[in-house]
Amino acid sequence: MRYTVNTVWITLLSVIGALLSSSFIAYAFAKLKWPGRNIWFVVLLGTMMLPPQVTMIPLFLFFKQLGWIDTYLPLTVPYFFGSAFYIFLMRQFFMTIPKELSEAAKIDGSTEFYIWWRIFIPLSKPALATLAIFTFMMAWNDFLGPLIYLNDPDQFTLALGLRSFQQQYGTRWNVMMAASLIVMLPTLVMFFSFQKYFIEGVTLTGVKG
Amino acid sequence: MRHKRVMKMSTREAINGYCCFSPGLIGLIVFMAGPILYSLYLSFTNYNIYQAPRWIGLANYRIMLTEDPLFWKSMLNTLYYVALSVPLNTVAGVLLAVLMNQSVRGIRLFRTLYFLPSVVSGVAVALLWQWVLDPNFGLINTFLARLGIEGPGWLTDEHWSKFSLVLMNLWAVGGSMIIYLAGLQGVPRSLYEAATVDGAGMLRKFVSITIPMLTPTIFFNVIMGVLSGFQVFLQAYIMTGGGPNNSTMFFAYYLYNKAFKDMQFGYASAMAWVLLFITLACTLIILRSGSRWVYYEGENPN
Repeated sequence: MRYTVNTVWITLLSVIGALLSSSFIAYAFAKLKWPGRNIWFVVLLGTMMLPPQVTMIPLFLFFKQLGWIDTYLPLTVPYFFGSAFYIFLMRQFFMTIPKELSEAAKIDGSTEFYIWWRIFIPLSKPALATLAIFTFMMAWNDFLGPLIYLNDPDQFTLALGLRSFQQQYGTRWNVMMAASLIVMLPTLVMFFSFQKYFIEGVTLTGVKG
Repeated sequence: MRHKRVMKMSTREAINGYCCFSPGLIGLIVFMAGPILYSLYLSFTNYNIYQAPRWIGLANYRIMLTEDPLFWKSMLNTLYYVALSVPLNTVAGVLLAVLMNQSVRGIRLFRTLYFLPSVVSGVAVALLWQWVLDPNFGLINTFLARLGIEGPGWLTDEHWSKFSLVLMNLWAVGGSMIIYLAGLQGVPRSLYEAATVDGAGMLRKFVSITIPMLTPTIFFNVIMGVLSGFQVFLQAYIMTGGGPNNSTMFFAYYLYNKAFKDMQFGYASAMAWVLLFITLACTLIILRSGSRWVYYEGENPN
């Protein structure tokens, strides 16, 4: 039960962080012209190629310095600074929104922030839903992150809990299968409720990428 | 006067642009550029977290390449895994997508069913498979025993263990199937109709139309598959612990052990850089090969 609460918290914060930051940054790439935009976009895409092992060790040491071990912060805060894949996804979607909309708002004296929040966000619900689902799945199933950053069993996520369950119950397969099913259940429910967005999201990245 | 106003507008937009991008810029510096540089520095040091990093030059790389048999073993294991699972997943994904592209009643249900496994992932699935592949009580061997066949020790026999994990990876083929399916639906009907008029059979159409038209999608999936193949970690960690006899000790797992079990952060950082160069080399080779076999519409092949 405790694991579930922990996992829900981490997942929720990750989703909020990813939605806000990635759509905000994507707005800059899709609708604003600023020097260096294209170079930064290439740099951003380049980071997707980087094996996470390269940054894993320094980040661990960095978060340890900050005293963030055994908190949710290392697992959630990075989401608030955008990640390349989601920014790319949102940018592709924002590009399809006609320029006239934001220009009309600009003539009315709206700020960019207002345009992003009141025009682009409401118009991008399908893309945001896809993004939310991706982040949900990532955060819910993440194993390596919690494994590195959480040592205190009180802070464990479901994935880690399942692992310690395995060490405890080993070959009692009936118990193990029941526990696994409970962990999988929310993702299955998500899938059946939002199937359309799953499939759209996957195909969007695959065909246009 | 007018010119000045225009200037002002664009400067304003540039400032706004950087403001919007600023969280991303901070993220790139703090969570990417900084750690990358620090990791490079650590790879030339000996660091165990309790004492300050000690500069040892290229020693980590030298030890890795000449004195650490497990480094080579884990690298070969990983290459084996990538070399086997990427082609297998590609073939299975394309064939499945072609199958799911037929207009038969209830096809939507089948698409959902095949896509579903790729959605659930992580520890729960690894445990599920550990049970399925269990040599004594597992689903497969119990079934084989009924038929009077003694199944292999899928995960306990070092000749089978890697291959078992490759097979298990096919479980998630639905993810690439959906992408191929979208690719298939983008193939113009007229091509098939023209081929039918010319008297082409099913196989001929598949080889001469479907495959070439799908190559951009295959290209994308192969690159993604190779990148994620080098990351294989969870299955080994949960299901085999790297064994038996280190036959499933994959590179990412060995790196994790070096860093967080043995506290050899310098050595593990050096391993991460080797991994970076190998994935980079593989990606570049695939990208280079792309111009030979990937067909883009609108380009004239001659």
